[in-house]
Amino acid sequence: MAKAVLDVLNLEVHYGGIAAVKGISFAVEEGEMVCLIGANGAGKTSTLKALVRMLPSRGEIHYGGARVDHDESHVLVGKGLALVPEGRGVFARMSVAENLAMGAYLRRDAAGVQKDLEEVYALLPRLRERQRQLAGTLSGGEQQMLAIGRALMGRPRLLLLDEPSMGLAPIMVQRVFELIRAIAERGVSILLVEQNARLALETCHRGYVMESGLITLADTAAKLAADPRVRAAYLGE
Amino acid sequence: MGQPGKNIMIQINKKPWWGVVLVAVALAVLPFITGAAFGPAWVRVLDFALLYVLLSLGLNIVVGYAGLLDLGYVAFYAVGAYLYALASSPHLIQNFPAIAALFPAGLHGPIWLLLPAGALLAGVFGVLLGAPTLRLRGDYLAIVTLGFGEIVRIFMNNLYRPVNITNGAQGITQIDGIHIGSLALDRTQNILGLAVPSLHLYYYLFLALVLLIIVVSVRLEDSRIGRAWVAIREDEVAAKACGINTRNVKLLAFAMGASFGGVAGGLFAGFQQFVSPESFQLIDSIMILAMVVLGGMGHIPGVILGSLLLTGLPELFRYSATPVQQMLFGKVLIDPETLRMLLFGLTLVVVMLYRPAGLWPEKRRSRELEQKRGEAA
Repeated sequence: MAKAVLDVLNLEVHYGGIAAVKGISFAVEEGEMVCLIGANGAGKTSTLKALVRMLPSRGEIHYGGARVDHDESHVLVGKGLALVPEGRGVFARMSVAENLAMGAYLRRDAAGVQKDLEEVYALLPRLRERQRQLAGTLSGGEQQMLAIGRALMGRPRLLLLDEPSMGLAPIMVQRVFELIRAIAERGVSILLVEQNARLALETCHRGYVMESGLITLADTAAKLAADPRVRAAYLGE
Repeated sequence: MGQPGKNIMIQINKKPWWGVVLVAVALAVLPFITGAAFGPAWVRVLDFALLYVLLSLGLNIVVGYAGLLDLGYVAFYAVGAYLYALASSPHLIQNFPAIAALFPAGLHGPIWLLLPAGALLAGVFGVLLGAPTLRLRGDYLAIVTLGFGEIVRIFMNNLYRPVNITNGAQGITQIDGIHIGSLALDRTQNILGLAVPSLHLYYYLFLALVLLIIVVSVRLEDSRIGRAWVAIREDEVAAKACGINTRNVKLLAFAMGASFGGVAGGLFAGFQQFVSPESFQLIDSIMILAMVVLGGMGHIPGVILGSLLLTGLPELFRYSATPVQQMLFGKVLIDPETLRMLLFGLTLVVVMLYRPAGLWPEKRRSRELEQKRGEAA
């Protein structure tokens, strides 16, 4: 078995007295694509935010072989744990190029940054065309691409994606998922949170089903997609 | 990256040398022309306008760059002013025998020590305000900062019992005027055979500091820190996801902004030679914020324009209210003091209605507002 890049043990997230995540354990292997599917309010976004320490949590988070649940967000970004936040989260009043440069905020290797910028533009030619345009004026799909491109500028080892298909036209959803596959092919591990369970299971190697703060099913994506419970609850069959 | 800042630098560099000389000469003779044409009262207005430029450039860092709404900014002005006042007046010596024994010649802090000390102390207060409010934004932050401003003012008002530190509402008097080496700015000086009044001397000192603060502001805007501030303003979660240490960067914004206020406060105390809590009220915080917003948040030239206008306009209304009414109606119908604030308020409303991004906004901000308007229409 490959080495786990992310290993989570008994993660709990509480908002005041309410538990959003009630003790879940899961792992992402090096180079693997893993999805976390579930309904609204199941605790998926809370899980991701806890992983990058934007929310306090209990339990153990091991990343790259070290325990990181006492690190701060910016330290984890420096270690290659990158989050693409829900709802795109681009800097609306900065240009596309400035947004991408922000993604390399922590990096000091100007030559490497320039090289990665070229790679992002090669992967996302639309962004190159619009590099001087304000990010807020891009279409929803382009903004999502930009948010992902910005995360790539930090040279991530594990990319956490929060609902990248949300609010996008079906054609754009396809393109975003193509992009995610292309990123995975470059060796970046991926943890994908999605409500579009069908697409997520088609794309990823393994999946976890989350319900009311707990992981209720865990298996390979193919087996989950064939599971009658998943089919009934998430694939609309 | 950081195009706006760079553009400014390039523009400055590209300006022909004689343009710079022209501006420099104009700024140098301005107090003399103003004094000759309108009298010394207007030179005083000019001095205050420069102080307000300092203050609004400081607040611009917090509000304009980092997007943190601060309604208690005048507290930092107060901190700088009281530090200068206490360190260069007989007040502490009269009230604390120990200090009197320590400084037999009296307390006469030199300006080169007091201004940086004021900046530092105000910066510490900025962090004190910033630390507990890190999770707050918008209206919530505004309420807390408003409270902070009031707390500082109330402390100044009441710290005269049991030990008299601030002399309460009566304020601190007999503060030394500012001396630069052997040059006393509080009296008329003969420079190269030219009699330069005190108000003019202060004008040049304030102008020098304004120029210094402008340079610092431009450099900050174009720095890694400046970009981090803008990122936090735009989207805090995304900023964190880019690896920005949002806590430290926010605290730095509070500290930097506050330190500009502290410098302005020290100058104010030396200039007035008197400070009291009256000068540091909520309305003053709101005025400074109005200067930033009216001029164009986050845009240095706009903020400067805003502070010059908002210092000058009320004075203009003050001096013109009586003669204009007499000309129109033959008598004074409305008390000039009332009319002044009414006209002033109207001006603010009109400007904000027709120029919502401010009088001289950053290009991209006005562009964005136009787009929003286009969408709405």
